[in-house]
Amino acid sequence: MAKKILIIGGGLAGTIIANGLTRQLGKELRSNDVSITVIGDNEQHMYQPGLLYMPFGRIREKDLFRDQRSVLDRRVVFHVDPATKIDISSKSVATESGKTFNYDYLVLATGSRLRPDTVPGMTEGAHWFYDLEGARKMRDALDGFDGGKIVVNVNAPHKCPVAPLEITFMLRDYIEQRGLTDKTEITYTYPIGRLHSLEPVAHWAESEFDTAGIKHETFFNTKSIDAEKKIISSEEESDLDYDLLVTIPPHHGSQVITDSDLGAGGWVATERDTLLHEGTNDVFVCGDTTNIPISKAGSTAHFEADTIIDNLTSLVTEGRMACTYDGKVFCFVETGLKEGTYVWFNYTTPPNPGPPSQMVHWFKLAYNRLYWLSARGLL
Amino acid sequence: MPSTTTIDARGAFCPGPLMELIANLKLVEIGDKIEVLSTDKGSAMDIPEWVKKVKHEMVGIEQDGDIWHIVVRKMK
Repeated sequence: MAKKILIIGGGLAGTIIANGLTRQLGKELRSNDVSITVIGDNEQHMYQPGLLYMPFGRIREKDLFRDQRSVLDRRVVFHVDPATKIDISSKSVATESGKTFNYDYLVLATGSRLRPDTVPGMTEGAHWFYDLEGARKMRDALDGFDGGKIVVNVNAPHKCPVAPLEITFMLRDYIEQRGLTDKTEITYTYPIGRLHSLEPVAHWAESEFDTAGIKHETFFNTKSIDAEKKIISSEEESDLDYDLLVTIPPHHGSQVITDSDLGAGGWVATERDTLLHEGTNDVFVCGDTTNIPISKAGSTAHFEADTIIDNLTSLVTEGRMACTYDGKVFCFVETGLKEGTYVWFNYTTPPNPGPPSQMVHWFKLAYNRLYWLSARGLL
Repeated sequence: MPSTTTIDARGAFCPGPLMELIANLKLVEIGDKIEVLSTDKGSAMDIPEWVKKVKHEMVGIEQDGDIWHIVVRKMK
């Protein structure tokens, strides 16, 4: 009987794992000793980090998308048929179309989603760029912006932890380019007592913000937004008025995770070293889906995927696990429209970002294209 | 029946123990407790400061070697 590997989710994590497994298990695929199936909810694969550039008109929408079938190795069986119930006791997954998929090994890569609806007034009163529709609306709002108060508001939890800083620096440059600096005030809010979770990044950002005249308020967790009066209020009893509110909405995991009782908020309890769902030896969890206290970012998904590919390959061919995940995360940080830096860390090595440079910015722009090689498992 | 959730944020540089606490408080009921395990000594100051600001309850802080056990009860 062929070993069935079932991957739920066609985002970066699920796609890298599927493609990586085909490269490692070519012989087993040819002899029909293994099958690799991906269940996704969309025929299109979106390069999510590209959304950062959309409000400024610096990336074309069509460049954000590829046909998911073309990104996946042809040996991967792909269904656009969202999972509706995962039953790990019977090793089966039910889908929207009424099908049931059985598995020997399961990978949960269902990702995260924006939940502006969990904060009163956020849907009506705020803009965001973390999804396509939001980025389009924010682009339109910026086109019509003629000076005033901009608030960049960050909520927990959220993915891509440096994107809020990046959008703030890019807004500053955009405002300057449009000659609106004298008429504009930018204020950045963050949930904890500094400007970023990573202490060195927070210190660097504070210095940059002060130089650029960007105001900031820490310990700001959004309680509600009055869309008519244009006031955002925090749990810490602070109110800020705004003309343009750019928010990073709080995230939840996928609904199917909640509906399957696999984790509160849609986050799956995951062993931080093996990336196995706690209490199992056949269910791996990758990317935003885990509850591991680590950055929800594409690079996290990528490095976790490498570990899962190695372990699944080893389990199928040798019946044993091969390696563990060391917590590695790497993030580019755009520090404006012309310069960038990067930061990496793992469970034991703290981050230490270098000085911004044009070279790193160019590399980030290059990576906007190279991403597709990552998704295909080639990079 | 109030429950206790444990967040193992040892070695977590990003998003870090306080961000994890804030995110997890949104998922539990009023009266529930969350225990944060942290190796970041700054958490032992940041978390109580924030908990006081937003009027949750600090149940306790203990240091066991280089691990901090910080327990918070959701009050609203």
